[in-house]
Amino acid sequence: MNFPILSSLILLPIVGALFLFFTKDKDGNNLTAKYVALFTTVVNFLISIYLWISFDQLSSSFQFIEDRTWIDGFIDYKVGVDGISILFIILTTFITPLCIISVNNSVKNRLRDFLIAILIMESFMIGVFCALDLVVFYLFFEAGLIPMFLIIGIWGGERRVYSAFKFFLYTLLGSVLMLVAIISIYWITGTTDVVQLYDIGIDVKYQNLLWLAFFSSFAVKTPMWPVHTWLPDAHVEAPTAGSVLLAAILLKMAGYGFIRFSLGLFPVASEVFTPLIYTLSVIAIIFTSLIALMQEDMKKLIAYSSVAHMGFVTLGIFTLQQQGIEGSIIQMISHGLVSAALFLTVGVIYDRMHSRLISTYGGLVSVIPKYSILFMLFALASLGLPGTSGFIGEFLILMGAFKDNFLVAVIASIGVILGAAYMLWLYKRVVFGKLINEDLKKILDLNRSEYFILSCLAAPILFFGFYPDPLINTIEVSVTDLINMHNTNIASK
Amino acid sequence: MVNLNLVLPEIFISLSIMFLLILGVFKKDSSKIIFNLSLFVILITAIIIINETFSVSRETLFNESVVVDSMSSLMKIITLVGGFLVLVISSSYLKTFKIYNIEYPVLILCSILGMMVMISSNDLIVFYMGLELQSLALYVLATYNRDQLKSSEAGLKYFVLSALSSGLLLYGCSLVYGFSGSTNFDIISNQLNSEEYVLTFGIVFILVGLAFKISAVPFHMWAPDVYEGSPTTVTLFFTIVPKIAALTVFIRFLYVPFLNLIDQWQMIIVFLSIASMVFGAVAAIGQTNIKRLVAYSSIGHVGYTLAGLATASNEGIQSSIIYISIYVFMNLALFSCLLMLRRNDQYYENIDDLSGLSKNHPLLSLCLLLILFSLAGIPPLAGFFAKFYVFKAVLEQSMYFLAIVGLLSTVVAAFYYLRIIKIMYFDKEKEKYDTDHSLWLKFSLSVSTILILFYFIFPSQLIEVVSRINII
Repeated sequence: MNFPILSSLILLPIVGALFLFFTKDKDGNNLTAKYVALFTTVVNFLISIYLWISFDQLSSSFQFIEDRTWIDGFIDYKVGVDGISILFIILTTFITPLCIISVNNSVKNRLRDFLIAILIMESFMIGVFCALDLVVFYLFFEAGLIPMFLIIGIWGGERRVYSAFKFFLYTLLGSVLMLVAIISIYWITGTTDVVQLYDIGIDVKYQNLLWLAFFSSFAVKTPMWPVHTWLPDAHVEAPTAGSVLLAAILLKMAGYGFIRFSLGLFPVASEVFTPLIYTLSVIAIIFTSLIALMQEDMKKLIAYSSVAHMGFVTLGIFTLQQQGIEGSIIQMISHGLVSAALFLTVGVIYDRMHSRLISTYGGLVSVIPKYSILFMLFALASLGLPGTSGFIGEFLILMGAFKDNFLVAVIASIGVILGAAYMLWLYKRVVFGKLINEDLKKILDLNRSEYFILSCLAAPILFFGFYPDPLINTIEVSVTDLINMHNTNIASK
Repeated sequence: MVNLNLVLPEIFISLSIMFLLILGVFKKDSSKIIFNLSLFVILITAIIIINETFSVSRETLFNESVVVDSMSSLMKIITLVGGFLVLVISSSYLKTFKIYNIEYPVLILCSILGMMVMISSNDLIVFYMGLELQSLALYVLATYNRDQLKSSEAGLKYFVLSALSSGLLLYGCSLVYGFSGSTNFDIISNQLNSEEYVLTFGIVFILVGLAFKISAVPFHMWAPDVYEGSPTTVTLFFTIVPKIAALTVFIRFLYVPFLNLIDQWQMIIVFLSIASMVFGAVAAIGQTNIKRLVAYSSIGHVGYTLAGLATASNEGIQSSIIYISIYVFMNLALFSCLLMLRRNDQYYENIDDLSGLSKNHPLLSLCLLLILFSLAGIPPLAGFFAKFYVFKAVLEQSMYFLAIVGLLSTVVAAFYYLRIIKIMYFDKEKEKYDTDHSLWLKFSLSVSTILILFYFIFPSQLIEVVSRINII
């Protein structure tokens, strides 16, 4: 057996967290703790890059598989990656160090505990993306609730308690049905190993109910309309780093789950429920875009825009077309980068002015030009301007949608326009206009670390916007294989 | 020739009780010695069980009125471990209230003896004898802090209601005896068949009596008051040890004498289970006293163990036993935390007293956090696996309704556990608590927390031990 690279990816942040646990907590800016956390996550990022380099893009099967007996005759600890999951792992390891650099000002007390929570969160998120056993997946999926609950609850804003509870209970409620489904799958097929389940297939008569049970969990986590209401609350109250993790990675767990489990395990049911997903996605795109237009609070606006973007993702996945699914994956990666960047840009001015209200700002461009330029880039990427990664994703999704269902695609395209509307209007109100608020005159432009973080995010957004091939090459074979498997399954039923 | 080695644990413990009583009467200021000696007695009993009976798969003694099998050995060991740890962490609490007397360890030993007899019983009369022995000891323990009104009230309430339930139980036993002509479980099992509908009354009365003992809804009313009023260490004893014995008897009754009547009792158990899970979760939300809250939470946990029993399969029984063993450690850890909330010789037991605990006592609150998440059943902590096994067994029998109701009530239950965490972590801190806890208290807290936290690394061991239990 080779070096267990995936397990080390999962374990390394926990080791870092343990190390931090035994260091002494200091008040204020605890640099030691920060460096330890940063070091751990950067090493993790390098390992994941190595993983990407040594990943065989031409093979559609799972790679770097580790398989250990965990509970005798029942569950194996099985992890592995294919072209789809590897990108999410890299996204996770890429975003987390940036989060850790960004905690400079936003987290005032108990910095060490905060970093521990983030590290543990990272390890659970990586676990979700490489788990190849349903129970192992569920374990990581649910365990992530604990650190996130604490991140929102301890370090959040004024209504943090309400938001933390809402986040926890919503997600838990969605997930318990998935647990019932997982155990039922075990009794129906005799295994919870995803690779084996792909081969065996699940009897058609059970698929619909099982699909719905998985859907209840993923829909809450995505979040899809109408169970999205926890997201704006959680986003608004969470500290900046928490919002970034939530938007950039946590939401992607569900999209990933849809592709890996809903499509892979229940092909027939996925066809059956496609209209449902289309309807909910289209409502999410149009409805939440309209809501986003009316928001006074910047974080809330971005949160609603996340719901709309995830609407595109679910739409793309269930087009069951090559372009649609590839577009969804790229849209998820891109949204991971862009939403992280947007929350960080909001975090930058929030740290200085302690207000998230749009009306506080106006005319920033004349005081902090560097900030305004980067903000513009991210806003444009969010609305899907060609040349940014956002465009590639949305374009591919719409292409897939037009192939499958013309009406849905047309309505979704209107969503693109609405997206441009709320984003540009936000930008106009915050950055352009007259400088009315006197306090704003003293505001400082980006400092070194903020500049570094935002450029780190801007680079891949632009790079993949012009040259998406590295992403598409990585996922192509796996997606083709998924679609083929889906089509043969449908044909045989 | 009867092989007395198999009942050696019971013989040893009863002789020790007599010896300790005599010692206590004749030697002055002997409470410390008796405490330590009784710890030794429990340890030795456990060793005897491991040596003599652990490998026995099934043997009966005394005209088949006592049975020794793998279930009885395992449950006795869990009982003894629970009793040992309760005794060990009691002393500083008892000293604070100046009730550090010789009676306390002796009473605990008595009730443990009663429970061991219950666990091994294969006969209605033996069973009843064990039950009353443990109950009588428990009544006294509940009133142990007799200078406090609440403690006396708790004892009296417990006594009256428990006597009532024992009466129901006895009436049920007499009905069953009337129909089968024997008090022996095996013979009853052969004599009974589902055509005699009046027999259902007998079963119902017995089940009601047993449900009372494990405080399943709707026979739970005594639990919150008794748990709140009793001294905290006694409450801890109540929440774990008698439950183990009662659960064993429950299993024994359902799967030996009443095995052929599954159709008649299965619905009752499912009802008890669902009612307990839902009620335990909902009623705990409004509580302000931690001990009352634990009472409701333990009602909920009883519901989950009953869900395993309702499956009528070996996997179900095994999952219930796994559940109760993990539950023992979770409750032990929870009460160890509770016993650490002490300031100037006063113990605090309101939820608000936990406010901001994480600032002053980060390690204690971290332990409590893990315990609460585990009780709520969040992976990867031990509590999740306990629920997981139960629902795995439940779903094997395609009892979807039970599984979904159970899992939904975990979400409701999660709310009140989260509320405690919120108070600990999100609220303003209060005064510091004392930190000079006894070594044993720290020991039991850290060991049980570590077990809860790292159970997921070695989940197979417990399953292996339990999988030897095959009742059906």
